[in-house]
Amino acid sequence: MFREIYYTILEFLRTFGAFQLFFLRLLQHSPSILFRRFGLVVKQVHNAGALSIVIIMVCGLFVGGVLGLQGYSNLARFNAEDSVGTFAAFALIKELGPVITALLFAGRAGTALASEIGLMKATDQLSAMEMMAVNPLSRVLVPRFLGGIISMPLLAAVFSTIGLFGAHLVGVSLLGVDVGAFWQQIQQSLDLADVFEGVVKSVVFGVLASLLAVWEGYNAIPTAEGVGRATTRTVVITAIAVLFFDFIITAIVL
Amino acid sequence: MQQTRAVELGTGLFVLLGVGALFFLTTQTTGGNDFSASDTFEVPARFENVGSLKRRAPVSMAGVTIGRIATVEFDPASLEAVVVFIIDSRYDQIPDDSDASILTAGLLGSQYIALQAGGSETYLENGSEIMFTQSAIVLENLIGKYLFNRESGAEDE
Repeated sequence: MFREIYYTILEFLRTFGAFQLFFLRLLQHSPSILFRRFGLVVKQVHNAGALSIVIIMVCGLFVGGVLGLQGYSNLARFNAEDSVGTFAAFALIKELGPVITALLFAGRAGTALASEIGLMKATDQLSAMEMMAVNPLSRVLVPRFLGGIISMPLLAAVFSTIGLFGAHLVGVSLLGVDVGAFWQQIQQSLDLADVFEGVVKSVVFGVLASLLAVWEGYNAIPTAEGVGRATTRTVVITAIAVLFFDFIITAIVL
Repeated sequence: MQQTRAVELGTGLFVLLGVGALFFLTTQTTGGNDFSASDTFEVPARFENVGSLKRRAPVSMAGVTIGRIATVEFDPASLEAVVVFIIDSRYDQIPDDSDASILTAGLLGSQYIALQAGGSETYLENGSEIMFTQSAIVLENLIGKYLFNRESGAEDE
């Protein structure tokens, strides 16, 4: 029994180490792909980012609207309905924007990445590339990894912006908060540092989400079942990692 | 070829939208009390009590923001708070006997400095200290005073 525990721990450490090395190898190949094969990255930005824009915008609108409703009904108890804008802006820009975008990104783009790479592996496309002296890591994985990193901050910014307009729609148009008070209070209480915190978070989450997706796809068991499991694991692990790192970053910043 | 064009167009639109959103967030939602002037001068002032005055709070005159607060520090020698203002050097004709008071925006809003012009012919410049200051009004003290006055007033009658 001790032997089993010993091997479990050893196996965990091995996977963890392999993951770090994998990350370093991706980073090592990133500059050359970024500068020489930028077209590949553009295609992945399109897949991961441009195609996710609709879901991000719709979700952002609803999340902002909910913040407007909840904020209004709770702040109205203190006669502070005017602060609903500040409430929504802080929640969106610092927390919900990056976090929900990362979760949606994992569901929309991360699963696509993992299953695509997993299926490439299952159908021996990656091996075929190696046979042709093409490194699949730099040709297939790195552009997807970089595309995710570029897309995430942009998606998070779109989410927060649309969310603010959603809050505006509910707060100002529906519930009758004063337009001037709404935006002026946002401007007075928000700092550039707050927006920066949100951007830092979304970049970190972008790295996490795309790294975990390509890792899971690349290490999928090359069967139909294995690819399916890799896709599921991508979503689960990304969600845990994103929320964990969100806590860490917030604790550091505050 | 047609497909590549569509991909490039979609990506371009997406990046433009994202950068536009970032730009909106950084410029439109922040910096309501941001004060940016390239040329400034510093004026210190001593207060008995600064309440909850914070760094970057606005310094205003006649209701217009003319500067902000650089530092709020405690001076152990005089047991007073030393507040340093940074004022836009366009406003170099503020009388040096102006007095500074700490006011609150709204009933429970954040605190700021209001300068009230004096009548002196000499003007504030870099390093000159504001002599007349009025401490922050601390709500608890005010309530305490009010209750105390009421009690002593009742005894008089």
